[in-house]
Amino acid sequence: MNPRQIMGRIGLWLSVFIIVSPAILFFLWMASLSLKFEVDNAAYPPVFIPENIAWKNYADVLGSNRFLTYFINSLVVTGCATALAMLVGVPAGYGIARMAAHKSAIVILIARITPGLSYLIPLFLLFQWLGLLGTLVPQIIIHLVVTVPIVIWIMIGYFETTPLELEEAALIDGATRWQVFRHVALPIARPGLAVAFILAVIFSWNNFVFGIVLAGRETRTLPVAVYNMISFDQLSWGPLAAAALIVTAPVLLLTVMAQRQIVAGLTAGAVKGG
Amino acid sequence: MSVVTQASPAAAQNAAPEREWRPPSYWPFVIPALVVVLAVIVFPWLFTIWMSLNEWKVGSPTTFVGLANYLRLPNDPRFVEAVWHTVFYTVLSVLLPLIFGTLAAVVFHQKFAGRGFLRGVFIMPMMATPVAIALVWTMMFHPQLGVLNYLLSLVGIPPQLWVFNPATVIPSLVLVETWQWTPLVMLIVLGGLAAIPTEPYESAQIDGANFWQMFRYITLPLITPFLFIAGMIRMIDAVKSFDIIFAITQGGPGSASETINLYLYSVAFVYYDLGYGSAIAVVFFLLIVALAALLLYLRKRMLWTEIGAGA
Repeated sequence: MNPRQIMGRIGLWLSVFIIVSPAILFFLWMASLSLKFEVDNAAYPPVFIPENIAWKNYADVLGSNRFLTYFINSLVVTGCATALAMLVGVPAGYGIARMAAHKSAIVILIARITPGLSYLIPLFLLFQWLGLLGTLVPQIIIHLVVTVPIVIWIMIGYFETTPLELEEAALIDGATRWQVFRHVALPIARPGLAVAFILAVIFSWNNFVFGIVLAGRETRTLPVAVYNMISFDQLSWGPLAAAALIVTAPVLLLTVMAQRQIVAGLTAGAVKGG
Repeated sequence: MSVVTQASPAAAQNAAPEREWRPPSYWPFVIPALVVVLAVIVFPWLFTIWMSLNEWKVGSPTTFVGLANYLRLPNDPRFVEAVWHTVFYTVLSVLLPLIFGTLAAVVFHQKFAGRGFLRGVFIMPMMATPVAIALVWTMMFHPQLGVLNYLLSLVGIPPQLWVFNPATVIPSLVLVETWQWTPLVMLIVLGGLAAIPTEPYESAQIDGANFWQMFRYITLPLITPFLFIAGMIRMIDAVKSFDIIFAITQGGPGSASETINLYLYSVAFVYYDLGYGSAIAVVFFLLIVALAALLLYLRKRMLWTEIGAGA
């Protein structure tokens, strides 16, 4: 390496450091807030690494029986909304790709452009008439607004790139369309299924706007529960930050572990829910 | 000629059953999703349009009022103000992520150890739960105890009121939005950079061009289409931005950060004026579509001027 290359290397690492630091510092600060007692959180100048670590903040959040309810609510809503979306969205993506029905993608596009709130007004009334408010069903249904377009969009892209020759050969051998889909197309598209699944889970898990309108005391999902904590305990930052970190930790772990799939999915459709 | 006329009916006969049978055979795959889309996307839209033509409040009888809800909009000072807040918020939240995202993409386009992992870290802000993030930002914005004012004091800048001052609330929220969504722009531009061939850089290097010149005259023109896509997506998301604003300021102080989407929430779910809320939803949607169409039009015109300049 000549001096110029070394300078270039140092410059590159410096730029990488500058670019990544806002994200790293933010999440480190979030962790720091969640591990400090009130004395340290109210200290000036701020304390980054406290002398006494307040594991108690996490114990308080995890120990409250409400938290378990909200966690289960989140699991049920995200789980059902994602499973249903995969169930209807994957075959739909296949059908649309094979029929080359590109115009149908417009509906997906409209869903992508529409603000989530505009779905809430009519569906809120509908759920009220059906007497479903107070259960998790309205939230599961409305989360489909987020998950179904993501799954369809990503699967269209995937099935368009999978080779047709195998499917044609299977058809000639007398397989039905369904058998071709089940035994030929689906196994090849497994990476696409992973991408669609991961993104649907993340955007459903993160969703907040549907919950604030449709969730009651017993049916809150975690993001809504955390938001409600703000209004009640404005001053105890430690447990609040701990709750925030617990809510978002599964998503952050998934992001770092599955970053390749997430990047592929986001650049393919640049989808985002809500 | 005769060969053609003989051959074509035979070909048509062979193809006919195939053609009649093929398209419907894929329909069973699509129908379940079609039902879901009709139920949760199309039906709400039609119902929203219908509600917007009615005086529709929760707990009182509904009456058909035609376009009266729409005519209320231009005379509603809070709505007009919300439009301006939205414009201000959107312009900043498109431009800043575009600038930082492009710079970040140029860096991530280089090869270095741990690039995949660091890219994963870099996109964490956009994947993290918005409400959780908003909560921590609220603490950081705190005028007395927040870490941001401490950081400012280190470089000798007097403490700010951030989201607690009507004059700085929107720029402060844009700071969060930029932090959150720069990664998306980075990913899209990174895709664009990957598609650029290396030859132009090699010949530019031989001609003695420096890094900035290569960026300005080779990279930038070639990634312009990707910048447009990124800008469009960013615009759509910034206009609709809700979670961050709602969780940090709820549109306050006063109504200083109330965008159209937040006003829509108040009208529909605080005042329960569903008819008027629906009208706002429809106008809001048309506004987003119009903005997207405008960007597409600009892009087309830019392409034409580029071709014109080239010729």
